[in-house]
Amino acid sequence: MENRDHGVGARVGMWLFLLSEILLFGGLFLLYSVYRAKHPGDFHAASMELSRFDGTLNTAILLTSSLTAVAAVFSLQELNKPKRTIFFLGATIAFGLAFLVVKAFEWTAKFEHGLYPNAAVLMKRPPGEILYFGLYFTMTGLHALHVIIGMTVLSVILAFVVRGKATQERSAALENAGLYWHLVDVIWIFLFPLFYLIS
Amino acid sequence: MAYARYIYIWAALIVLTAITVTTASLNFGRAGILVVLAIAAIKSTLVLLYFMHLSSEKRLLLKLLVPIAICTLAIFIGLTFTDVMYR
Amino acid sequence: MASHAEAAHHVEGPWYLDNGKRPGIRGFITSTNHKRIGILYLVAVLSFFTVAVILGVLMRIQMLSPDSKFLSGQMYNSIFTLHGIIMVFLVVIPGIPTIFGNFFLPILIGGEDMAFPRLNLFSWYLYMLGAFVVLGSILFAKGAVDTGWTFYVPYSLHTTVDVPLAVFGVFLLGMSSILTGLNIVTTTHMLRAPGMTFFRMPLSVWGLYSTAWVQVLATPVIGITMVLILLERIFGIGVFDPSKGGDPLLYQHLFWIYSHPAVYIMILPAMGIISDLFPVFSRKNIFGYKTIAFSSLAIASVGSLVWGHHMYVSGQSDTASIVFSLLTFLVAIPSAIKVFNWVATMYKGSVKVDPPFLYALGFIALFSIGGLTGLVLGALSTDVHTHDTYFVVGHFHYIIFGGMGFGLFAALHYWFPKMFGKTYNYKTATVAFIVLFVGFNLFYMTLLILGWAGMPRRYYSYLPQFTDLQVIATVGSWIMVAGLGLMFGNLLHALFRGKKAEADPWGGSTLEWQIPSPPHFENFETPPVITHGPYVFPRKADTGKTKKKE
Repeated sequence: MENRDHGVGARVGMWLFLLSEILLFGGLFLLYSVYRAKHPGDFHAASMELSRFDGTLNTAILLTSSLTAVAAVFSLQELNKPKRTIFFLGATIAFGLAFLVVKAFEWTAKFEHGLYPNAAVLMKRPPGEILYFGLYFTMTGLHALHVIIGMTVLSVILAFVVRGKATQERSAALENAGLYWHLVDVIWIFLFPLFYLIS
Repeated sequence: MAYARYIYIWAALIVLTAITVTTASLNFGRAGILVVLAIAAIKSTLVLLYFMHLSSEKRLLLKLLVPIAICTLAIFIGLTFTDVMYR
Repeated sequence: MASHAEAAHHVEGPWYLDNGKRPGIRGFITSTNHKRIGILYLVAVLSFFTVAVILGVLMRIQMLSPDSKFLSGQMYNSIFTLHGIIMVFLVVIPGIPTIFGNFFLPILIGGEDMAFPRLNLFSWYLYMLGAFVVLGSILFAKGAVDTGWTFYVPYSLHTTVDVPLAVFGVFLLGMSSILTGLNIVTTTHMLRAPGMTFFRMPLSVWGLYSTAWVQVLATPVIGITMVLILLERIFGIGVFDPSKGGDPLLYQHLFWIYSHPAVYIMILPAMGIISDLFPVFSRKNIFGYKTIAFSSLAIASVGSLVWGHHMYVSGQSDTASIVFSLLTFLVAIPSAIKVFNWVATMYKGSVKVDPPFLYALGFIALFSIGGLTGLVLGALSTDVHTHDTYFVVGHFHYIIFGGMGFGLFAALHYWFPKMFGKTYNYKTATVAFIVLFVGFNLFYMTLLILGWAGMPRRYYSYLPQFTDLQVIATVGSWIMVAGLGLMFGNLLHALFRGKKAEADPWGGSTLEWQIPSPPHFENFETPPVITHGPYVFPRKADTGKTKKKE
């Protein structure tokens, strides 16, 4: 039997949890679709305020972090090289941190320009733009929260690997942490074009 | 190298990202959102199949979960649009 | 997996005597054993139910006269809000899955525990935390929440009472529900005993299983909706605020996208239990097993598409209203199929109306009435007349209280001997049922009539012409509560003074009747091997002859 199938029960549970996370963001995607359909021009204008460079950079960061995450799991489950797993987990967490730093710069820039909910500058803009920024902060904020949660979970798993609690035979927790991180990446894969690439 | 297949997938994801950024600068008009969403769907599918190992997953249940979630969401949004579009 | 330390400590004998690592109450609230967690939920749910009933009684006292000063308008608003929040989120949604799902699902499928025992305990902690946050919000200086359990915007965004705390509590309760659902789906897929195929599972498991999918898929939407209320109140993001371009109707869409499927979370487990009871008390196999199983899935899926029927008069487009009305009529079909199949099971059966079956029959009557009134509400033209009147209140109390509630009471009376190893007095239980049933109908039928006559809901006063009916309804509510008291009193008495129960007091054929009453810490001495379906009657034990294998 494949190594992985020892943890199949936990994996089923994790996937169901990921499903609930997709539906959690789903409510916000519903609001986004309605308001974008209603104010296509305003959404485009507002998206011009965002830095495409920052967004693309963050996308590249998260995609790379997904690579290091799956490398971490692979290193333990298939290659039985825990030291590499520790390296890759560390790299993933570092990439997560980098993502948050870029996001912090982006948000600060918006605050400085008065483009945040209830700000005087924003209130003078058309309703579509107000809604765009309301959704922008809500959705990227909720996403960033999940990045933080993911980094925390990965750190805990890192500690498990260091202490020998996670091994090739007992790699379900590591694998599930990886799954969570990949979902955080997938959500960003959708957030990026929806907020940064409105033509 | 053992990690090769993962690196190939990562490269594909980076290339697709570059493509989607470029297409955004071109003006597709109303179809623009469909193009970027399609590329995002392809990227997500790659992550789901190869980074999250759904392609080698034996249990059918797990392969069906994400399609179920997407369908559910699509229906929620779709039915809401029957209201929003026809007021 | 169950912790090895706990397993090593267990003693032979009833599950409630096994103290694991810590004795007494501490042992209970730190135990990951599914039976103990089921009891934790039982105590919690019934306690909160009592609180909410008291709130209901207070409302009915207020409604005894149109100029009653018993409650102020503000207090009345808060009381019906809390009655709704407690009943919906603390009692009816969690009720059967957390009490009987936890206690019996592993046993019914021949397993030893849920898939994730520690997550199970964590779900209970989340539930209790959410409960205390919600109830705590009553005590805060800014005042108890008064928006109705539906928290509609714009009022919920502007009212000065403690909305944030209440919605945060609901968020926590939602998380608890998601984790419970996740546990049930995984358990059903992964932990069935050898030979227990999906189509050999008892229908109560099918009920829990379909419900669990709705819990996982729909509950996150109420989660994000509650978060959005918080964000709107605190940061003014604008998504529901017309002055910023927001649409208050989108709140209603998001709210009901969960809250309609939520009512199927309430009823599907109850229907599942009823499906288990009919074969036992008719001594006959269920009519149409697969149809009932698939109808559970159908109700879960189609039921997630009908939420707009709460919004016909909200300003929603006519197109949407027509679509939702059509879908609403469609979802009535699988429910009706179940009712026909249950009744058909009795045909040429050998019916014995013991207390569990009494409640099951009560369920059929009350659920049918509730369902029929639902058609009145589901049709666009008649809904314009009945929306936001007592007709709606009567409808959902028939369905939820008459349906889920009586289903829960049936489950309690069916499984009480198994869970606690004690017998209760059948005569008292029957009398309690009659009092409860009479009071229930006197109360809620009158509400239906009042609603049809134009009495609006959530009003603390009314036009004088409604007085007589309001008084009759209140008297009915007192009779109903007396019935509840008698019913619970009877069971409580039996808990402490009841005679010892046998392993199989009803002559059942599902797995729980093959283990001792009460079960031991470990459910099965040897894991069962299943070779036939769940409802094989007459049983070998009854006739002594070999029965056909299915």
